[in-house]
Amino acid sequence: MQAVSKKVLDRARELMRDGTVSRVAGWKAGEFFYDCEPALFETEESLKDLVYNRFCAANLSKFLITNDIASVADRGRTLVLLKPCDTYSFNQLLTEHRLSRDNVYILGVGCEGMCDVDRIRALGIKGITGVDESEDGKKLTVRTLYGDGEIDVDGVLVNKCETCKGKAHKIFDELISDNEEEGPRGDRFECVRELESMAPAERFAFWQKELSKCIRCNACRNACPACSCRKCVFDNNASGIASKANTDSFEEKLFHIIRAFHVAGRCTDCGECSRVCPQGIPLHLFNRKYIKDINEFYGEFAAGEEAGQRGPLISFEAGDREPNSVSDKGGD
Amino acid sequence: MRRIGVFVCWCGSNIAATVDVAAVVADAKVQPGVVFAQDYQYMCSEAGQNIIKDAIKEHQLTGIVVCSCSPRMHEATFRKAAAAAGLNPYMVEIANVREHCSWIHKDKEAGTEKARVLMRAAVAKVMLNVPLKAGESRVVKRALVIGGGIAGIQTALDIADAGFQVDIVEKNATIGGRMAQLDKTFPTLDCSSCILTPKMVEAKASENIRLITYAEVEEVGGFVGDFKVKIRKKARFVKEDVCTGCGLCMAKCPSKKGLNEFNMGLNNRPAIYIPFAQAIPNVAVIDKTQCIKLNTGKCGLCEKVCTAKAIDYTMQDEFIEEEYGAIVMATGFRPIDASKFDEYSYSTCKDVVTSLELERIMNAAGPTGGVLLRPSDGKHPHSVVFVQCVGSRDVSGRGKPYCSKICCMYTAKHAMLIRDKYPDVDVHVFYIDVRTPGKNFDEFYRRAAEQYDVDYIKGQVGKVWEEDGHLVVRGVDLISNEQVILNADMVVLATAIEPDPTARKVANMLTASIDTNDFITEAHPKLRPVESPTAGIFLSGVCQGPKDIPETVSQAGAAASKVIGLLCKDKLTTNPCVARSDELLCNGCSCCEKVCPYGAISYDTHLINDHGVKETRRVALVNEALCQGCGACTVVCPSGAMDLKGFSNKQIMAEVEAICL
Repeated sequence: MQAVSKKVLDRARELMRDGTVSRVAGWKAGEFFYDCEPALFETEESLKDLVYNRFCAANLSKFLITNDIASVADRGRTLVLLKPCDTYSFNQLLTEHRLSRDNVYILGVGCEGMCDVDRIRALGIKGITGVDESEDGKKLTVRTLYGDGEIDVDGVLVNKCETCKGKAHKIFDELISDNEEEGPRGDRFECVRELESMAPAERFAFWQKELSKCIRCNACRNACPACSCRKCVFDNNASGIASKANTDSFEEKLFHIIRAFHVAGRCTDCGECSRVCPQGIPLHLFNRKYIKDINEFYGEFAAGEEAGQRGPLISFEAGDREPNSVSDKGGD
Repeated sequence: MRRIGVFVCWCGSNIAATVDVAAVVADAKVQPGVVFAQDYQYMCSEAGQNIIKDAIKEHQLTGIVVCSCSPRMHEATFRKAAAAAGLNPYMVEIANVREHCSWIHKDKEAGTEKARVLMRAAVAKVMLNVPLKAGESRVVKRALVIGGGIAGIQTALDIADAGFQVDIVEKNATIGGRMAQLDKTFPTLDCSSCILTPKMVEAKASENIRLITYAEVEEVGGFVGDFKVKIRKKARFVKEDVCTGCGLCMAKCPSKKGLNEFNMGLNNRPAIYIPFAQAIPNVAVIDKTQCIKLNTGKCGLCEKVCTAKAIDYTMQDEFIEEEYGAIVMATGFRPIDASKFDEYSYSTCKDVVTSLELERIMNAAGPTGGVLLRPSDGKHPHSVVFVQCVGSRDVSGRGKPYCSKICCMYTAKHAMLIRDKYPDVDVHVFYIDVRTPGKNFDEFYRRAAEQYDVDYIKGQVGKVWEEDGHLVVRGVDLISNEQVILNADMVVLATAIEPDPTARKVANMLTASIDTNDFITEAHPKLRPVESPTAGIFLSGVCQGPKDIPETVSQAGAAASKVIGLLCKDKLTTNPCVARSDELLCNGCSCCEKVCPYGAISYDTHLINDHGVKETRRVALVNEALCQGCGACTVVCPSGAMDLKGFSNKQIMAEVEAICL
């Protein structure tokens, strides 16, 4: 991935220099090199801070709308770096008219899976100062204050990358990637089947435990590209829903359940909700449950596969499942 | 300051027997905002309505809650009463304590508690009601009838007679429907064709009726008074206005393997055919699955022999787009597939036939020229066994749980006709019950049993099989409590009838509700039997439930009178409970536009001033004239920008909270 990374940074500079784009939406290191965060680079000079490495997991599609970059035409075009999974979110936002395609130049960047620094630390590695990648991208040499060590990339992938949807970009203007043809990895619905096999009381206890950790920091909502509302219902006192999301033991559940319903059929399973949760709540399970149900009820559907799609939850066909199929399936 | 009145109806004993109405009144009196509460035996009666009107004036009520039957029953009544007393009619809420409470509960304590909860929810909602004003919409003075059987024809004739334009869309190549296939009709035994074909001719001749045959409804938009319908006219490959119906093409067509649908597949017909001699329009049609020219490019015989030059192999489906004020569903029925019932050996023995097949065999224009012959060898049968209720009143899941209503009578007819024409034939009828309510019906049945010696056996048939060139029927006689084994030359199955499979598709397009058996639901089973709950959609014939010809014709007339009543109006009052989008909250995501069944939502990009923050962006706009207030948009809107007047998110939430808290 290091080869791709160098090409990406060079190309971003070129596009800025030749005036194709007026700014770059990419990543920069935070306090530590592994704390990569979304960043906007307005000048060619500032691009010295642009990075693309194994810690650039953040999905920049949402970043484009929170900064209103892509809706204002007179500010020139913005270059955005999108990994394969990020392109699904971008398409979904295009479908919902939240972005103007003409204002964005997409550089599709190849990805071999992002790493989770907490999982590296969980191996007992402390004082991390740097990471080098082997030629084939399968091993990492972790440099620390206490010496270097080699680890397998597979063991420290971000949760969402463990069940990668595939390495193909669904939308781009230009591509820098050497593994487009690689297909999906793992079974992303295995975790849902585990939940489904639980008895209702057991499942309730599971969610009770997980959701009780919620501190309502709104990180999941803010990172989620499907949560693209100008004004969230939870921030709107007049909606009558805001009061349903207090942090008492019952209502904290409603926040996540309402949110899951709001993004059902629109969620691209980008996994940002779980990745950004400081409490480690497996929020992606909600979304994957809905995606699995939608697939089973209405046929395979991947939100964001292409722009302008009409999802099964907002379309009607005479052959659609009847509502009673849910109870027939054993729902409570 | 809200001043709410609560009125609790006893509905005679309908509500009062299961709900302690006095307790509901007492509870209502202590609800915040409620200044008046009273119960009465019949709130919908004149005296009841006067109680409401007087209370509105005397207590200066700003809103009322009526705890009574379903709003579908009397909401309009109470809105009118409120308006008469000077209150905006949309300040009325109904708490349905009958259908939703007293009728479905037995325990008075629990029923009373539920009634209180429903009352509190309605009070919570009415506190947030705002006065609404209804608008007006136009009425297109033209009706559409879907289905050209006796139901559709009669409805169209009656509407046309009142001076309105009617289009009949018929999926087959001719009108006439099932009735055209029948031989004689009970209880008078007049010939079906003799009474139907003049009506078919009349429909064709009427200046106000347009027949669109070999066509199906493709899309329906709009709403009562102003429907927009797209009709697919399937390619006939024969020019309708040129063909003279001479039949030369049928004689010359070398492809003769197509099953003759009109004769229930008992014989074959050419690939180019006129369904039957009295077809209207009397125009040929090419079955494209059978036509050699259309499938291989060779042949073309019909084109060569046609002196009228009516054949056109290049013909494509055409689309007709038309506006209608009212739509009548008259989609009819078909017999169920008897091969699901292995015990009767329908699929393996040729001499086991359905009643509709027998109808064709007995018909002078049928495959045997009206002579009763066994399908297997064309010989005269000496013993015929009828089996009633094949798939009717069947809760096993293979058939239908309902009574098909017409089978007892047509079986008596068949039995009588056979005995009359062929006195040497023994006729046995296995039945569960013989049901003959109807004018002159029981007399008819008794004539079959008593004068014509038809052997009626109370009991069911367990098995039919073939043995030595004849059929053996094993059944039970419940009166003598013995097993019966009969030899038969033919077995006739009185198969249940079911709604035509197209009914479900059409109902979906019309947003007309259907029941678990796919029959179209009436707006009220007793008081509005020919109307669908969807305004502007009317029901005629078996699509609403099993019925015979006299009933169908009466219902067809009833549906027509409702259509005429609607088309006579120049303007309709629109429902003011329509959607509205808050542009400050709207994301412009188009979800609402995609789910709107009425095409009422469009988008506009304009300058939005959000408390001083100015921005040009895309937002949803609701066309109030098109919106029907279904609420689909409010549910799908992720930000809650879309709201429904009269059923706002806040009102619904208030109701839920009143119920839960």
